[in-house]
Amino acid sequence: MHKHFWQKITIILFLALIFLTGCKNNSSKITIVGSSAMQLLAEQAGNDYRLTHPSSNIVVQGGGSGTGLSQVQAGAVEIGTSDVFAETQPGINAQKLRDYRVAVVGIVPIVNKSTGVKNLSMTQLRQIFTGKITNWKQVGGKNETITVINRSKGSGTRSSFESIVLPGVKPIRSQEQDSNGTVKKIVNTTPGTISYISLPYAHDKNIQKLSIDHVKATNSNITTNKWPLWCYEHMYTKGKPNKRTAAFIKYMLGKKVQEDLIPKIGYLSIKEMKVVRDSQNKVVKVGN
Amino acid sequence: MAKNTEDLKQVVDQAIAQQEVPHVKLNKMGPNSVDINRLTKPSKETRQEYWGKGLTYFAIILIIILVVSIIGFVGVHGLATFFGNHVNVFHFLTSTDWDPGDGKNHVGAAAMIVTSFSVTLLAALVATPFAIAVALFMTEYTSQKGAKFLQSVMELLVGIPSVVYGFLGLTIIVPVVRKLFGGTGFGILSATLVLFVMVLPTITSLTVDALKAVPKHFRQASAALGATHWQTIHKVVLRVATPRILTAIIFGMARAFGEALAVQMVIGNAVLMPANLVSPSATLTSQLTSQMGNTVMGTLPNNALWSLALLLLIMALVFNFLVRLVGKKGQK
Repeated sequence: MHKHFWQKITIILFLALIFLTGCKNNSSKITIVGSSAMQLLAEQAGNDYRLTHPSSNIVVQGGGSGTGLSQVQAGAVEIGTSDVFAETQPGINAQKLRDYRVAVVGIVPIVNKSTGVKNLSMTQLRQIFTGKITNWKQVGGKNETITVINRSKGSGTRSSFESIVLPGVKPIRSQEQDSNGTVKKIVNTTPGTISYISLPYAHDKNIQKLSIDHVKATNSNITTNKWPLWCYEHMYTKGKPNKRTAAFIKYMLGKKVQEDLIPKIGYLSIKEMKVVRDSQNKVVKVGN
Repeated sequence: MAKNTEDLKQVVDQAIAQQEVPHVKLNKMGPNSVDINRLTKPSKETRQEYWGKGLTYFAIILIIILVVSIIGFVGVHGLATFFGNHVNVFHFLTSTDWDPGDGKNHVGAAAMIVTSFSVTLLAALVATPFAIAVALFMTEYTSQKGAKFLQSVMELLVGIPSVVYGFLGLTIIVPVVRKLFGGTGFGILSATLVLFVMVLPTITSLTVDALKAVPKHFRQASAALGATHWQTIHKVVLRVATPRILTAIIFGMARAFGEALAVQMVIGNAVLMPANLVSPSATLTSQLTSQMGNTVMGTLPNNALWSLALLLLIMALVFNFLVRLVGKKGQK
């Protein structure tokens, strides 16, 4: 019986060894790590890609924009994904990275329905997030204390929001939540709360989407930058990508992903954008 | 080798010559039929011994390497905040200004340290009376069957993943706390209530062991003196079991201190010194889980998180040390 036991153990170890080395030797593997918004997109695109390229092996992981950028800089993965420009991240040498913008995601402020507010000016929004306005009646709503729920520090959504709504000023210290889903749930159930989430998550009757200066968060307003709260979904490679990686990136920027998959998920195709934004938030019209 | 064989044969011959009562078996075999090789080489059992020993040593060495490298890695990165980025250790422990992205003067973990400790202590404080009561019921009052049933209930509570507790807390406890005590419902109180359920089985099952370890003759002696059941429990059983019950509580606290996910979902994650039990705040672990994906390896914000991890590691060691200390006291 003992003999059998040891034999089994040896066989298992041996198989594990083969399995592990098998992974290591597989040069066709493309690992994509980083922003959770990109994870969703890359996973589905990777699955479709496998149908036409059976020999490909695409592994997609989350971990956050910071992880994506530092992993790709270290050369640990082929593609690092990020919601923020590599230039804005300290500790990242953006010159060594190649930037591929794959999609655009809108961000929209949301409030609990009890507040009775549907529109804010950009200044009011800034004053709420810096703690200068503390009651909803100051902006035409009910007499109710404002509870700000921010997003996790350093997350892509927060960086984009702060760079556009709060340039140069600091938000008040407040609750922070990680994921779009949790934020939505909290805003839905807690009176007086305000937060912001990715546009695809905001299609929910239980929460109130805000318009800013009477502009609504719609796809067409984003493409012209009339609605300024949006961010790119970046894919970064370290220097020139290898052949297989380049082929996959080409597929991501190609017709199938850009015209079918991206709108299906609720993001905007990069091709639709009529403006270009750089890492300093300068917006230029395409073609100028 | 040949010489050895000769020697051995000589010894055997000598032994046969010297024996006074002829040994039946040895005689029958004769000196030439003795398999010298088999006797001088390690037997199958000896080889098994070597193998077994080797395997356990290998496993132990692997584990030691693992532990040392974990401590080393967390230590190197955690200390980089102080030696690489020149953050003042005293400032780190006492300041409440947590904004590592803004430079070395904004790395203060006091708010998180205070929150972590208050959540842990409160959870242990609430859970202990319940745990002792349940354990007493299981060991003193109910039948074997009932005890077994309760045991499996406790094991079920241990087996529920922490994210489920967090989700339940977010859906049930937070709104109830908001209705009863105001605020947003996120805060130390909600975290305490979630952790209460999570540490209860840990403390209970260890307390049951503690009560079971009280020798039967203590109870019998107490009964013989005319004490009632409750008097026996109160004056004898609990007194004798105290050190082990304390150990149980410390284990529970260690679990509460290290719990991240469930706490993160209900505490609000605002790095603020808690003003009261319903104001949102953040623990060391909740800050770690919510921030680690958003920092770049090697930068100050990342190193500051490693420092929090180092603090947690040190606290785990302290809890371990406390358990040993209490255990030693109990032996006296």
